[in-house]
Amino acid sequence: MTTDIGTWIAALLTLCIFSFLYRDNPFYKFAEHLFVGISAAYWVCYYIYNILIPNLYNPLFIQGQLLFIIPLILGVMMLMRLFPQPAWMSRFPLAFIVGTYAGYNFITYLQTYAIDQVRATMVRVVDVSAWQEFFAHPGVVSFFNAIAIPVVVVGVITGLIYFFFSREHKGVFGGLARTGVWFLMIAFGASFGYTVMARISLLIGRLYFLLHDWLQLI
Amino acid sequence: MSIVERFETIDRRIIFFLIFLAVIVPLLFPIGLKIEVSEPVRMFYNTIEELEAGSFVLISAEYDPSTMPEVYPMNEALVKHCFAKDLKIVSIGLWPQGVSLNQTAMEQAAGQYGKEYGADFINLGYKAGGIVVISAMGEDIPTTFPQDYALRPIEQYGIMEGIENFDNIDLIVSLSAGDPGVREWVMIAQGRYRKDVIGGVTAVSAPAFYPFLDAGQLKGLIGGMKGAAEYETLLGQIGTASAGMDAQSVAHGMIIFFIIFANFFYFLGKRRKR
Repeated sequence: MTTDIGTWIAALLTLCIFSFLYRDNPFYKFAEHLFVGISAAYWVCYYIYNILIPNLYNPLFIQGQLLFIIPLILGVMMLMRLFPQPAWMSRFPLAFIVGTYAGYNFITYLQTYAIDQVRATMVRVVDVSAWQEFFAHPGVVSFFNAIAIPVVVVGVITGLIYFFFSREHKGVFGGLARTGVWFLMIAFGASFGYTVMARISLLIGRLYFLLHDWLQLI
Repeated sequence: MSIVERFETIDRRIIFFLIFLAVIVPLLFPIGLKIEVSEPVRMFYNTIEELEAGSFVLISAEYDPSTMPEVYPMNEALVKHCFAKDLKIVSIGLWPQGVSLNQTAMEQAAGQYGKEYGADFINLGYKAGGIVVISAMGEDIPTTFPQDYALRPIEQYGIMEGIENFDNIDLIVSLSAGDPGVREWVMIAQGRYRKDVIGGVTAVSAPAFYPFLDAGQLKGLIGGMKGAAEYETLLGQIGTASAGMDAQSVAHGMIIFFIIFANFFYFLGKRRKR
């Protein structure tokens, strides 16, 4: 077992948080409140010393770059939100942020999520090399590699049909929409599986810390 | 109360306890299950392997202690991989706490591979702004990051000689647990500057990045602790991710059993009520 005081504190606080799994208790409450308090103080200090001072105070007051008066004024206007009377002033910096980000992200989102994705789906409807590989070496893996791209294309088309609400989902159109739902369900299932994996990983991380760093059993 | 009703109202603490056992027993008594390497991880590994010695790799750390079990093993393995291939590392953080975690990983590996801060690797620290920072780096890295993480001017470090913008960077690696992260690097560095980008992400966010991989916008992807273990396997290094894989597999098996078991009794109960 370690003699490092920091590891002991971390281990005991981990156990305090884990105790909530049994039921709510004072140890859990203590660890929770400690975490909230320390986090708040940490982030206040971090933002002052890593954002406010290097990005605003130093350029404006040390280097004398007067252009930085504009972000200072916008920042003060944003803080007016805390007071009922001049709260309306905060709308201007907020509008500035929303407008800037909307304009900035519009092209990049369009390029990344629409153009590049659609192009990748369209230009590879049939992957000839994957089929050649399948016929040369028939097997489960080569078969799934060969059908991967057609499956993606069918999934995209039927998924889009499901989200096409201007026509009633009946007949052939309804069948395609239902196929789209199946694709969506499989995607949600895969996503949920990954989420379970992530949560178990975090538990493994904590237990590994307790067994390795604290108790030194492994 | 019938057995079906008993299972329908089972105390959830029993399930917590069983999951706890499923994780802790394999950690104490490893089974040694084989780790199969998936294609996205192999692509990640090959992209680094293809770089020549002396190439510049930009590592961006976008994670914090809450996601350390998943992302830190990737960070450790990645840095060792780069040092083993004599690649130069320029690192930044779009998340504040990622900076110190990445610095720890680099310092530990530097001792092992005899690398020197400022000559073989550098940490330029954190900058707020996410996508705007990436965009600014594409124009001018020294202006965006005039100092390193310890507020020392970057001109004094030999590694920064000739580094102006993304043109001087051979590969970008984003280790990300959310936004800003891989998504922003793909949008700006790959989308606008056509740089090669690879990513290491948490398992929760991994499914969102597979379309990028299929479209060639990402050259490789490591997803969660499982992906990190696969990467460690390719490097021939047993790290913390590999150590957790037995526990992960047993816990997953347990959860699959729970799902089948619960559904069986759910439908049995429904049938009896009819």
